[in-house]
Amino acid sequence: MTETATAPQIEDPVLHDKGVVSHQTSTGVSNEKLAMWVFLGSDCLLFGGLISTYLLLRHRVPPGHGPTPSHQFFDIPFTSVSSFVLLFSSLTMALAVGAIHRGDLRRCRTFLMTTALLGSVFIAGQVYEFTAFVKEGLGYTTNIFGSAFYTLTGFHGVHVSVGIIFLLSLVVMSLRGKLSGDKAETVEIFGLYWHFVDVVWILIFTIVYLIP
Amino acid sequence: MAIVERPTAPLELTTGEPAVSRPLGGFTRPQATTGWKSWLTTVDHKRIGVMYGAAALFFFFLGGVEAVLIRLQLAAPGQKLYSADLYNQLFTMHGVTMIFLVVIPLGAAFMNYLMPLQIGARDVAFPRLNAFSFWCFLGGGLMLNTSWFLGGGADGGWFAYAPNTGVTFSPSHGMDFYALGLQLTGIASLVGAINLVVTVLNLRAPGMTLMKMPVFTWMGFVTQLLLVFALPVISVALFLLTFDRLFDANFFNVSEGADPLLWEHLFWIFGHPEVYILILPAFGVVSEIIPVFSRKPIFGYPFMVFSGIAIGFMGWGVWAHHMFASGMGPLSVAAFSLSTMFIAVPTGVKILNWLATMWGGKLTFSTPMLFAVGLVTMFTIGGLSGVTHAVAPSDTQQTDTYYIVAHFHYVIFGGALLGFLGGLYFWWPKVFGYTLSDKLGKWHFWTILIGFNLTFGPMHILGLQGMPRRMHTYVEGYGFDFWNLVSTIGVFVITVSMLIFAANILKSWRGHRVDPVDPGPDPWDARSLEWMVQSPVPAHNFDEVPTVSHLDEFWHRKYQENDQGKLVRVATGAEVAQAGDPTGVHLPSPSYWPLVMAIGLPVIGYGLIFNLGLAALGGLIVVIAGFGWGYEPADDPEAHHGPHDHDGHDDGHDGAEAELDEASGNGDETPAAEAEPAGVASGSPTASASDEKASSDD
Repeated sequence: MTETATAPQIEDPVLHDKGVVSHQTSTGVSNEKLAMWVFLGSDCLLFGGLISTYLLLRHRVPPGHGPTPSHQFFDIPFTSVSSFVLLFSSLTMALAVGAIHRGDLRRCRTFLMTTALLGSVFIAGQVYEFTAFVKEGLGYTTNIFGSAFYTLTGFHGVHVSVGIIFLLSLVVMSLRGKLSGDKAETVEIFGLYWHFVDVVWILIFTIVYLIP
Repeated sequence: MAIVERPTAPLELTTGEPAVSRPLGGFTRPQATTGWKSWLTTVDHKRIGVMYGAAALFFFFLGGVEAVLIRLQLAAPGQKLYSADLYNQLFTMHGVTMIFLVVIPLGAAFMNYLMPLQIGARDVAFPRLNAFSFWCFLGGGLMLNTSWFLGGGADGGWFAYAPNTGVTFSPSHGMDFYALGLQLTGIASLVGAINLVVTVLNLRAPGMTLMKMPVFTWMGFVTQLLLVFALPVISVALFLLTFDRLFDANFFNVSEGADPLLWEHLFWIFGHPEVYILILPAFGVVSEIIPVFSRKPIFGYPFMVFSGIAIGFMGWGVWAHHMFASGMGPLSVAAFSLSTMFIAVPTGVKILNWLATMWGGKLTFSTPMLFAVGLVTMFTIGGLSGVTHAVAPSDTQQTDTYYIVAHFHYVIFGGALLGFLGGLYFWWPKVFGYTLSDKLGKWHFWTILIGFNLTFGPMHILGLQGMPRRMHTYVEGYGFDFWNLVSTIGVFVITVSMLIFAANILKSWRGHRVDPVDPGPDPWDARSLEWMVQSPVPAHNFDEVPTVSHLDEFWHRKYQENDQGKLVRVATGAEVAQAGDPTGVHLPSPSYWPLVMAIGLPVIGYGLIFNLGLAALGGLIVVIAGFGWGYEPADDPEAHHGPHDHDGHDDGHDGAEAELDEASGNGDETPAAEAEPAGVASGSPTASASDEKASSDD
């Protein structure tokens, strides 16, 4: 915050003459990008609360009340693969941002589609996993571990799903020619969200699956 | 569904006729700027601020009625005016209403109205999001209160400790309404907070560095940051409660191994920053009032700012002092005792700075100043009883007694509310163009001061005598009778006082209608930028965005040093103020979508409680609204455009316009991301920047 206090606030005449004024803000960061950062900061606390809840509750299942978290219960190879798919989608997202910065709309669209596809594979994996767990006897209401597990991973799944809808909307926008020029930053801003969701998954995967 | 066609390029209108724009084949873009319909679609931060204030006063009335009912029951020992169950609902709904639906939105009213003006901006960063947060708040508040007609209000206390809030102990729908209604007001506050944080960081006038911002804006900024980080925590807690109640999850089910302290921790990690969310805007208000009526700059401006920031940080490390009686262990108790004592330091710095501002000043005790001094004194009493809570052994005695009730009413009522009432008197001429009667204002102040102390002062004694709170009655002979009666008399004095306030508004308004007296742009000889525009503030705020070179910029334009180095008046406020000429300013266009989306959310809420089909309908409304919003240009390309003459207005203030255009631009991700899988991230695909810059009325 102190940096921005001393940052010069006076309009840049060069930018102004070129008509590039729309990106002039007191901090130099666009409103949309700043808003996304603030939102992600807020979202950290959301997942922080959910992860704390899970950590507190996971080992409190009374004996005989259904499955408990363990390496026998989780299918770690399966989830590792789907986690890898999700992390790989961060790469394609970054490539999409790179493409739009070069003005290569076609390639950007391809990478956005790939990202959406990889995200969908992850969601499909989550659906499969949830189904398998229910068959093994862990429903949402079965015990306290079930409630905490499905809520935490479910919230993450909703975040990914929202991201996929955004990705598809971006693709549609680009098809209609609305993602060029000064709108290109939209892809970058969405990228922040997508990377954030992936980073959160690294935490969740470690805490829920890898730490018994 | 979303991809209904609309012209991809802005229509080239050369005739100046208003074109009909149907972005989704849905709504015609609203055009009205007057009449009640224009209030539904407005994106003007000032109108939204006024609506926040009006809604807060409406809920204040509801919460006040609940307070009177509570005090009636407690006026004498052994009364049975209502059942214990109804009493539980009354005090729960009183607390929830006053905190979430009165004090927070009153703060939001001031922050929405004033922060853009004080930093020299034309609007907030995301005007439509701003409208959405108001409607979402209103929907949540109304939904919460409809619970009275749908099986009874919430009955678990505003803090809603588990497992009392489970279906077993609270079988009515009251707690469902609590969880979902507060979730909505939480979304509203979060969206509003992100908006204002970005506004303060990004839309400052040229030269307005962070350390030249008025103290009110600073306190508002810290408040919004607290909201950004505190709200998700209560969101999690409310989600867990909702899932427990509606979907049979086990988060607070003790027989399944749950730990009820989880709720307490989540709630108070939100709840203690929340205390500062309530009080900091009021601190900001009196920090504006006191210098003006002392005719001195605020004493120790950097200390005011940094103590506010310090409160913002330390506010995160004191939550467990609400839980000293929960048996969490001596180490935690000691740590939180210490941190609670420490947080008194920055608060004390503020109080001393206000005193030092008044010290040696030319004091004028107009109504706003009286209320400001009222805050300083009453909050100090509440602050001191707060310090006694930091002493854990003593606090353990006081937990759940009326001593606590006395304490938090002294800080919230005697602090926040008195400050906001002073702010209403102070900024009323700026907002509405007429001044409230000073004589009635003084009556209002003295009666509320007496009534407030009569009501809550005795509660200190009752608490120390051991009277437990949240009990619907008490037995004769414990020494509680007299002070309870005094307290009930006090609440009627407060009622009279608020009626005087209502009469003042009505009388001053009528007087203004019959015989308008223009208060001028600067009725108090004030210091910050909002006084540099006409009263009431024109829709576009500033004709030309001022370049700022001082703290208290407006004051420094009126007073300058003469040859002897003495400050003398060089101009009147009216001379310095801008004329209010909207030429060359293009404002963000009104929109239906924020309202539509905000209507969808309570529908989801009711649906979750009563019928999942209804929830699906609500979800559909939200999704449609999300796409409609996303595909609607933030600035209507067809609005009020005559012949395109973009270059005609490229004089000094274009940068600010550009900021505004940017502001109203495309980044509406947040509601969609936060609320629902709703829509296209980034909206406003059309409307090229140059097109948006055309004049609004040529």
